Amino acid sequence: MLETTIRNKLAQKDILLMTHIVIGYPNLDTSFEVVRTMVEAGVDLMELQIPFSEPMADGSVILKANQDALATGITVDQCFDFAQQVARDYQIPFLFMTYYNILFKYGVEAFAERMAECGLCGAIVPDLPPEEADEYLAAMNRHGLAPIFIFAPNTGETRMRQIAAHGSGFIYCMARKGVTGLQTDFSQQLGGHLAHCRAATELPLALGFGVKDHDDVQFIKGKADIAVVGSEAIRVLDSQGVAAVGDLIRSLR
Amino acid sequence: MDKRGYFSGFGGCFIPEILTQTFEELVQAYEAAKADPGFWQEYLDVMSTYSCRPTPLTFAGNLTNHFGGARIYIKREDLNHTGAHKANNVMGQGLLVKRMGKTRVIAETGAGQHGVATATMAARMGFDCTIYMGEEDVERQRPNVFWMERLGATVVSVRDGSRTLKDAINEAFRDWVSNMDTTHYVLGTACGPHPFPEMVAWFQSIIGTEARKQILEREGRLPRRVYACVGGGSNAMGLFSGFMDDPVELVGVEAGGKGLDSGLHAARLSSRDASIGVAQGYKTYFLQDGDGQMRDTHSISAGLDYVGVSPILAHLQAIGRARFEAATDAEVLEAVTLTMRKEGLIPALESSHAFAQAFKEAPTLAKDDIVIINQSGRGDKDIFTVADAFDDPAWKAFIQHKAEQYHA
Repeated sequence: MLETTIRNKLAQKDILLMTHIVIGYPNLDTSFEVVRTMVEAGVDLMELQIPFSEPMADGSVILKANQDALATGITVDQCFDFAQQVARDYQIPFLFMTYYNILFKYGVEAFAERMAECGLCGAIVPDLPPEEADEYLAAMNRHGLAPIFIFAPNTGETRMRQIAAHGSGFIYCMARKGVTGLQTDFSQQLGGHLAHCRAATELPLALGFGVKDHDDVQFIKGKADIAVVGSEAIRVLDSQGVAAVGDLIRSLR
Repeated sequence: MDKRGYFSGFGGCFIPEILTQTFEELVQAYEAAKADPGFWQEYLDVMSTYSCRPTPLTFAGNLTNHFGGARIYIKREDLNHTGAHKANNVMGQGLLVKRMGKTRVIAETGAGQHGVATATMAARMGFDCTIYMGEEDVERQRPNVFWMERLGATVVSVRDGSRTLKDAINEAFRDWVSNMDTTHYVLGTACGPHPFPEMVAWFQSIIGTEARKQILEREGRLPRRVYACVGGGSNAMGLFSGFMDDPVELVGVEAGGKGLDSGLHAARLSSRDASIGVAQGYKTYFLQDGDGQMRDTHSISAGLDYVGVSPILAHLQAIGRARFEAATDAEVLEAVTLTMRKEGLIPALESSHAFAQAFKEAPTLAKDDIVIINQSGRGDKDIFTVADAFDDPAWKAFIQHKAEQYHA
């Protein structure tokens, strides 16, 4: 179970790191290199994004990575093969992140079954609210996979409890409104929001959207359990190459 | 947690969590407006004093004689303010925005008609306004960009993806998830997450309600068939809703582009190339590949060049209530030419799809049958596209001369 794995790690570290890659960006070989580099630099879990042509919740950096990956001709099949290989090679939990149409077209039950076969632990599907998720939840539960749901800054307490009742593994908390990769104000207000999140669920909390450096991660310690770094790793990869991504990860904690 | 906005399994509300509260508020405002007869009266007042409602129903005597079949009537949505049916939806949503107390509106636009209509509404009602438009459409519909900017709107040219309507919608959603406290997204068609398909169809139902009353006044009987072009599907939903409970055949006409076998079209319901998927917040037929990645679409008309289609139209097809056909770019140019020469009307390239299909079928109908074609918009905006299609030498000389003047 993903939650148990996270709790065991939290017994040894005061904050966990989750990173994100877009599979096939800029190409599959580099994606393998980035995963290896991130794992060796000590990340605790990873989101593997299956590229989608309409990534509505993503900002310009990840949007471009989705488009560039698709332009190389990458397929959902190749993404499964990629996930299977990294899950076999590295002993950290891997999650899929993608949009619902990718699951829907594949067949939600078949998708979950293959996720389990590949050794994945769960999925984040940002355009699938719990209201629309009956089939997905049943399939994920059947295969022992964690459906990760999201708390937004404007999610009220009642709804937080409803969402948490459907989720498992952890809850992904957005640090602010907007799309991925923009500036976030790590303020007292955000601390207050995380306290509300904590009160609404027993599940571990991850915080993402705009987390980019050591100071941000220090801020999150004690308020959430997992710091999520997404767009920043892609920016560093684009500007300084794979090795610099390892330096970024090592600088965070 | 309820499922809402489903029609034969199409529709729904697939939105990121950050928008949940915004959609709750929107659904409440929409339902309150629907339950309030004063709201619809206010809407009718605006549409009859600011736009040109009721729009006329024109008998096309020359086209009727030319084809020798059914009596052809044309519903004149081109005579709305800003020249298209888009005004109906935009003014209705504008009144809702006032009720919700928001101060800024955003919109996507393909042909530019929805963007121009939104910009006029924002100017009149005092809202800030940003319009997202695919780079390819900015190129195709430059005059509308000019007018939006003159009206005070900010026009953002979207360079992502296929650089057309779907990409403009994605970008509008990205704006909305940052600014929903002050901003309403005026979605331009009967697509997207609930309540948009239903709400936009409600505002556009004014077309069908008028058309039904007008044809009964003129002819004392109902039409045999009604024709509307289908991009997202709002003008079709508008016309169809007036005849939903009547023995009238509803015909939607999609963009056949370079032909249904060419792969270069935007036919979701009338081709075999589309399949059911979930994108842009709703479930419907999309032109997508086996992995669920959206394909590039093609149409001579920017307004029909879209990967998805109204979930309510997908439902009407599923239950056998509406029929969907496609007209090719070439058929559309022929139809617009004939309509100009015979009736002195200039339908938009989008609307001309409905004309093209009606022209195929009119000769096969009896002389006492009636058909209504929805002229959803006027063609003036298409001057560059049509001039190129006919390779008009005098127009080219004019543009070259104008360019030299700017160069000097």
